Amino acid sequence: MGFYDSGFPILSVITYLPLAGALLMLFINKENTGAIKTFATIVAAVDFVLSVPLWFYFDRKAAGLAMFQFRETASWIPSLGVKYSFGIDGIALLLILLTTMMGLIAVYSSYTAIDHRQKEYYILLLLLQTGMIGVFCALDFFLFYVFWEVMLVPMYFLIGIWGGQRRLYAAIKFFLYTLAGSVVMLLSILALYFFNSSGIPFLNIKGLGNAPSFDVLQFHQIGHLISPQLQFWIFLGFFLGFAIKVPMFPFHTWLPDAHVEAPTAGSVILAAVLLKMGTYGFVRFALPILPDGTRQLMIPIVTLSIIGIIYGALVSLVQKDMKKLVAYSSVSHLGFVMLGMFALNPMGLRGSVLQMINHGISTGALFLLVGIVYEQRHTRLISEYGGLAKQMPMYATLFLIAALSSMGLPALNGFIGEFTILLGVANANIWWAVFAAVGIVLGAAYLLWLYQRVFWGPLDNPANKVLKDVNKRELLTLLPLVACMIWIGIAPAPFFEMIEQPVDYIVQKVDPGYFKRQPVTYPSEAAERAAAVSSALAAIQAEVHR
Amino acid sequence: MLDKLWLIPLIPFAGFLLNGLFGKKIGNGLVTAVALAASGLTAMVSTLAVFQYLGAYPDHGRHLDRVYNWFTAGGIGTDVAFQLDPLSIVMLMVVTWVGFLIHLYSVGYMGEEDGYGRYFAYLNLFLSAMLILVLGSSYLFIFVGWEGVGLCSYLLIGFYYDRDYAAAAGKKAFIVNRIGDFGFLIAMFLMFNYAGTVDFAGVQSMAARGQLTPTVITAICLLLFLGACGKSAQIPLYIWLPDAMAGPTPVSALIHAATMVTAGVYMLVRSNLLYRMSPSAMMVVALIGGLTALFSATIAVAQNDIKKVLAYSTVSQLGFMFIGVGVGAFTSGIFHLVTHAFFKACLFLGAGSVIHAMGGEQDMRKMGGLRKKIPTTFWTFTVATIAISGFPPFAGFFSKDEILASAFATPYFPAVGKLVWLMGTVAAFFTAFYMFRLWYLTFTGDFRGTHEQEHHLHESPWTMTFPLQVLAVLSIIGGFIGLPQMLHTPVTNLLEHWMQPVIPEIEGIGKLIEIPVGTEATVALVSTLLAALAWYLARQRYRGRGLAADLATEQSHPGLVHTLENKYYVDEGYDATVVTPLRQLSIFSWKVIDGIIDGTLGLVGYTVAAIGDLLRFFQTGNVRNYALMLFGAVVILMWVFA
Repeated sequence: MGFYDSGFPILSVITYLPLAGALLMLFINKENTGAIKTFATIVAAVDFVLSVPLWFYFDRKAAGLAMFQFRETASWIPSLGVKYSFGIDGIALLLILLTTMMGLIAVYSSYTAIDHRQKEYYILLLLLQTGMIGVFCALDFFLFYVFWEVMLVPMYFLIGIWGGQRRLYAAIKFFLYTLAGSVVMLLSILALYFFNSSGIPFLNIKGLGNAPSFDVLQFHQIGHLISPQLQFWIFLGFFLGFAIKVPMFPFHTWLPDAHVEAPTAGSVILAAVLLKMGTYGFVRFALPILPDGTRQLMIPIVTLSIIGIIYGALVSLVQKDMKKLVAYSSVSHLGFVMLGMFALNPMGLRGSVLQMINHGISTGALFLLVGIVYEQRHTRLISEYGGLAKQMPMYATLFLIAALSSMGLPALNGFIGEFTILLGVANANIWWAVFAAVGIVLGAAYLLWLYQRVFWGPLDNPANKVLKDVNKRELLTLLPLVACMIWIGIAPAPFFEMIEQPVDYIVQKVDPGYFKRQPVTYPSEAAERAAAVSSALAAIQAEVHR
Repeated sequence: MLDKLWLIPLIPFAGFLLNGLFGKKIGNGLVTAVALAASGLTAMVSTLAVFQYLGAYPDHGRHLDRVYNWFTAGGIGTDVAFQLDPLSIVMLMVVTWVGFLIHLYSVGYMGEEDGYGRYFAYLNLFLSAMLILVLGSSYLFIFVGWEGVGLCSYLLIGFYYDRDYAAAAGKKAFIVNRIGDFGFLIAMFLMFNYAGTVDFAGVQSMAARGQLTPTVITAICLLLFLGACGKSAQIPLYIWLPDAMAGPTPVSALIHAATMVTAGVYMLVRSNLLYRMSPSAMMVVALIGGLTALFSATIAVAQNDIKKVLAYSTVSQLGFMFIGVGVGAFTSGIFHLVTHAFFKACLFLGAGSVIHAMGGEQDMRKMGGLRKKIPTTFWTFTVATIAISGFPPFAGFFSKDEILASAFATPYFPAVGKLVWLMGTVAAFFTAFYMFRLWYLTFTGDFRGTHEQEHHLHESPWTMTFPLQVLAVLSIIGGFIGLPQMLHTPVTNLLEHWMQPVIPEIEGIGKLIEIPVGTEATVALVSTLLAALAWYLARQRYRGRGLAADLATEQSHPGLVHTLENKYYVDEGYDATVVTPLRQLSIFSWKVIDGIIDGTLGLVGYTVAAIGDLLRFFQTGNVRNYALMLFGAVVILMWVFA
């Protein structure tokens, strides 16, 4: 497999394969829906298969800038210093794998859900895929911004054309919100660009005089030279762009509408991947480039995160629409991700990154599951259901597993993420962890109450007595997700290993003194750990025998 | 076997998978075989491991079997690792063997139910989680079992999920437990922060070496106790347990009496060094335990559902265990845990046998005179009733009196200790009373049910009566593992010697209790006399009179009776003070706050549109106008920057 260790542009192949597939699909007759579906599925499947070896060929131990691997660099617009620059670290790698997996599942799950304009639908899904992967690969701000905007358009159409009754309202709200955010973000990018090169005369900002460049890694190196005051403003720009995407309270109101109106696959992609764009933006750009800005805004962001956790959970409690409930629960879960990140220590950040993946898996599964009954009953109102466990036992079991994963039951993935996050947060400030943990209690409440109303109780609505349990295709979309929930739940070590270096790198950037203050926080070698355990034992035994 | 401790929880887990995935296809016979084989094999393998442990560790030290590293984020104690020590062994034996008996009983009890395979799958899963809970070597790892048993409890309470009350009860149990888990979680964060580990030995040795401040220790102890209050149904979180009776009766016996609900007691005893370093936390535990014991015993007096009486009785008995732990008599807590597992499992299974005979009827007002119809159930139930009421030499007598005497003699807080003793003693009086009320109403007098029920009355099959007989025998002799000092037998205080390595005597850290023989004898005499008095009163009121006495009391003191019947209206109180405000806050957050955000944005949008309209005035399409504007703009810019 020389593709992965020589100079072969594997990332570009993975990124543009869906685009190429979309272009080829133009030549398929739109009446031939069978061929369209099969072709789209094959493209998504090949893309996924191509991305899996990244996991094995990635060097987890590489530290510093060397941790960005599978690099591709080429000159693109020399006059502006724009380069075509790709490369991924462990964080991006996990998110790419998540994207290709969810992309495949999204395509495969749409076979019966989408019954009109199929050709356009699958083309847009594949275009979206290219945009998302590109965002995670790009190491040039210009390139990043292009992908960022490319991603926005297909999603807008997916909601606007194949959505529910208020699809236009939701689509426009989604579009305007994100567009507003990305415009402000663009200002911040430009500020960095000019600071690095010529300066911004009318704001009295002197540049460093470097050659013009949008190189993200170069900004990582020079970011700390920016005055704290300017960092604050640049950070604020990034914050708005990313916080809307996350979405953080109070920028979240586009999310429930978008989720409710989007077709199932749209919701799955939106929850699993698009929301991670915001959190990814923070860890890739805002934190490492702007350490002072990060620390200045730490308290407000932590506060908003905690509000988001509790607020999202509370609002989920009283939802009448299943999809809206899951959407608001995302606000709560993403609050955890942001909180862990802004604990600004390795533990919190590790949990935060892992929870991005976990949320994608669990919430993606929940949206798929809601879609399965929606497709049959064309309603998402909780009150329309009840007693489904009798009618659809397999469905009920899968839903329970997804709900348990989402509420953080130990030995499933959500617990690992939430616990690690809270551990890091408690290390920063125990009271933050106390407030955030309230969200865990409420998480059980809204999910179990949902479960009670939909699956338990008497099966008294005649319309539900003809519901069919999950079919083979639906099972195939769900089982990989369940497998991931269990895998991460019982053996998360490979995942943590993958993100260890990037996380340490970010902490080092944000808080250069951290590792000096806390020299050995994580004994990573088994021997070291065993020694520590046995010395603790020896100590207690000695006391016992004294 | 000792290096394969992970097999012990894995065997029932395999049973869960088999029955869960294929239970519907393979038929009831094979389901039974799988479930019984899994639980029986677990019990045997566990026993084998215990014997090997006894050979390998003559000084009864801690055996640790590390399987793999679970969390890489964090310090020591984040491994998946099992341990075996005297305390784990006591729990292991109770859980596996009582668990096996109840699996066997379930074969008869659940034989005609739908979802037979599902039932045994859950039951095996429960066993697996419970074994992780008692064998895990760190707070973090037992938390897996802790939440796992909670999940199984949820699923089994909601076993009859198509009934609304069962569905609601399952959810309530899980959520109330989650409130407790909140405490457990925060306690673990504190351990990580200040001790750098969540390994049992690690945390306690850090504490013993003075690495933790008293404040931190007290905080950890109280938070762990909050977790225990959830799992072990203590005030203020006991409210889920009575509702949990919606589950099948064998489940009530296994999970909601003998094993899972004692997990909180287990955890506190596991953490005894921490508690001994924080007398104030111990006092809270003792007071809550005493209060719960007394409070729920009074409720049990006025319940008419046979399972509800036993449920409140369980809450009350768990209160006794916490009294023991709280006053520093950790071994007595475990002692009572063991004897309670015997007699309460026997009582619940006996109640199940009664309900089975009555065709599903649980209301004692419709029973009466069952002694002749179901003789085996009758005599086993009688034995267990005597045992819980605290008559010597049955099991409950020794364990309960050791707890009460310890409360009386506690060196930690003598005055409060006496108060707790008083609460416990009064509770013990009520215990004997409600148990004999139940006994008389159910087994004596005339049958008060329908003809159909009377015709249907029958003794249960051997799969059900055999476990009853075994448990009844254990309820008689179970107390001999902890015979008090004052009897001067050669086997005095076996359990205390056994537990000694887990509850080590360490200089300068919380002394262990020594009960003066005089105190022990007096306390025992007082509570035996009170139990006898309670029995006498119950006999006066209910023997041969059926419900007459209760009806009379209801006539004369309606307020009192209704308050007790409605459990002091605690559920209603929680509804008014917690649930409803929370819901209102949620609706406010959703409707008002989201509304304000969207409204503000709408306003912004409107303003932008208005400005756009205004600007349209300048968009004349006339090139000369644009040129003029451009010129003006350049002039202005030059004026500003030049």
